Amino acid sequence: MGSLQIMLEDLFRRLEVDYVFPPRSSSQALSLGAAISPELACLPLKITLGNMIQGLRAGADTIVMMGGWGPCRFGYYSQIQKIVLKRAGYKFKMLTVEPPSRGLSHFTSPFKFLAPGISTRALWNIVRRSFQKGRAVDLIEKACLQNHCYVTEKNKLAQLKKQTLYLIDRAESKNEINEALRVGLKTIDSLKTEDKQPVLKIGIVGEFYLLLEPFVNFDIENYLGSKGVYLERSVYMSDWISPSGKNVVGGHRQKEIEKLADPFLSQWVGGEGQVTIGHTISFAKRDFDGVIHLLPFTCMPELIAQSILPAVQRQYDIPILTLVVDEQTGRAGVVTRLEAFIDLLLARKNEMLLRN
Amino acid sequence: MKCYLGIDVGSVSTNLVIIDDNSKIISWIYRRTQGQPIKAVQAGISELKELARADIEIKGVGATGSARYLTGVIVGADIVKNEITAHATAATALYPMTRTIIEIGGQDSKIIFLHSSMVVDFAMNTVCAAGTGSFLDHQAARLGIPIEEFGAYALKSQNPAQIAGRCTVFAESDMIHKQQVGCLTEDIVYGLCQSLVRNYLNNLAKGKALEAPVIFQGGVAANLGIKRAFEDALQTEVVVPKYHHVMGAVGSAILAKETTEEGTKPTNFKGFNTSKQKFSTKSFNCSSCENNCEVVKIKQQDKLLACWGGRCGRFEA
Repeated sequence: MGSLQIMLEDLFRRLEVDYVFPPRSSSQALSLGAAISPELACLPLKITLGNMIQGLRAGADTIVMMGGWGPCRFGYYSQIQKIVLKRAGYKFKMLTVEPPSRGLSHFTSPFKFLAPGISTRALWNIVRRSFQKGRAVDLIEKACLQNHCYVTEKNKLAQLKKQTLYLIDRAESKNEINEALRVGLKTIDSLKTEDKQPVLKIGIVGEFYLLLEPFVNFDIENYLGSKGVYLERSVYMSDWISPSGKNVVGGHRQKEIEKLADPFLSQWVGGEGQVTIGHTISFAKRDFDGVIHLLPFTCMPELIAQSILPAVQRQYDIPILTLVVDEQTGRAGVVTRLEAFIDLLLARKNEMLLRN
Repeated sequence: MKCYLGIDVGSVSTNLVIIDDNSKIISWIYRRTQGQPIKAVQAGISELKELARADIEIKGVGATGSARYLTGVIVGADIVKNEITAHATAATALYPMTRTIIEIGGQDSKIIFLHSSMVVDFAMNTVCAAGTGSFLDHQAARLGIPIEEFGAYALKSQNPAQIAGRCTVFAESDMIHKQQVGCLTEDIVYGLCQSLVRNYLNNLAKGKALEAPVIFQGGVAANLGIKRAFEDALQTEVVVPKYHHVMGAVGSAILAKETTEEGTKPTNFKGFNTSKQKFSTKSFNCSSCENNCEVVKIKQQDKLLACWGGRCGRFEA
């Protein structure tokens, strides 16, 4: 999902840890996970559980999972998954990487277990390098997403993305990573066709996992891109890992977004609840034609956002399409809604052009 | 006479409509899909040919509904559009002032908000099909009431029973319970209608205001009990168009008329003989990557007409 794989592979290589990466998320991973998950657990838990089973079957004896805190259930994922997997008879060790904000040792201890004897300073340097790589991948993803509608040869763009990501993956030093990034961004930019204009501008907001994983969001970005829509996404992997930092990829600092959301939702409700509101307002202020809101069924923070969005929609006069996804959701239904949403936005845009 | 054909193939029914130059309905067919969309479309087309006057000339064809792409390929549609746009097109053609469209079909339900004949917002049921036609069919059968009389029963009710409408399974156990404590059948029937309407408003409207005029379309609009329950809940008149059950097809016929610019552009329509052609579908699981896409091929005799289902696009071209 997103830049995570390249970033973590880099980290494990530098730590000299023997690792396996489960295959890309697929219906197989989902059915493996859903079969033993609690039914009302959110979709990301089920898929990541399926990823874990595939990893264990490929020979892994240790699972590294991200942790977290706050009202979103993501923080409990590793605990629940550990219990569910043990009950299903798997033997393994679970390491949970907690965010550094919870105390540096919670963050470092899993890595120190994997690479015994490493100093905190050495570890921090490695983490920073891998993070730089993750951020480079995100910037390439962003450039591909936002240039998609301007490019005539879509296949060439996909090819170029693959190549650049490969080069970033292979890069070792800080300068090598930056160079691969620079060349990649430049060539992507050169693919743009001058006369091609987007038919619509749509912003995508919502729950982090759904935004980042094409398998669960039905590859909505590619679908909309092929219809000539200009897209921006609110959250990227590196924004999520380092939300407050200077390394913003999505385009906004957390503080600015919280300020925008404040009149509607003044508190952090876990996950991306508040960020969803803030970004929707930001898209509306930047004259986007519409916003698509993605959330997993039963996702608490996004449900709060969903109940507030109609008020945002009224005040800023921007159409919002909410898509709720779980393992039962079919692609056909999503496509129907997207088609209808595009029709709605085009009719609105024409109407406004006529009026002015 | 210049005419336009609209076809709406849904989960439960397959509807075909022929309209004239003034978007007036000339003939229509409503039949069950029975899980075989190709057969249903073919049968519908041959039935329509029998029904229609000899002098009609089809100048444009539109397809909509969940089987719209399949239908489009088979009949040679000029435009393939989603159900939401099709329903809105039909409603605004009949009632330009429409502000809200309630559409309840066999397995899905929608709400469409309009302003000045333009769609401004819409929602479709996502994770729950409680309150759609299939459920009503099932419950009517359980109570031993033909679905056509279901509404008449509901209208007789003086003191509707409270039925939980959150989930069809629980609604059913609640109904059984009310039967067992001796509630009147009409009160149970209307109580069920009310609970379905509550469920619909909670799931789809989500606090958005339903402004009048409200138009009620789809197969379930034939049910007077549901219409009454909507009127009670919204405290406004709910209009059911005469051809409420085929409005999707009407909309796609109007869209076909617009696409072919009133028949001045040539149509792709393959003719009424389509009903005699042999079509076959074949599906397989592609094993090139982890997605394991289920790819479907549609053939007319040995000619490949279309291919879809893959995520990467290698079969679609």
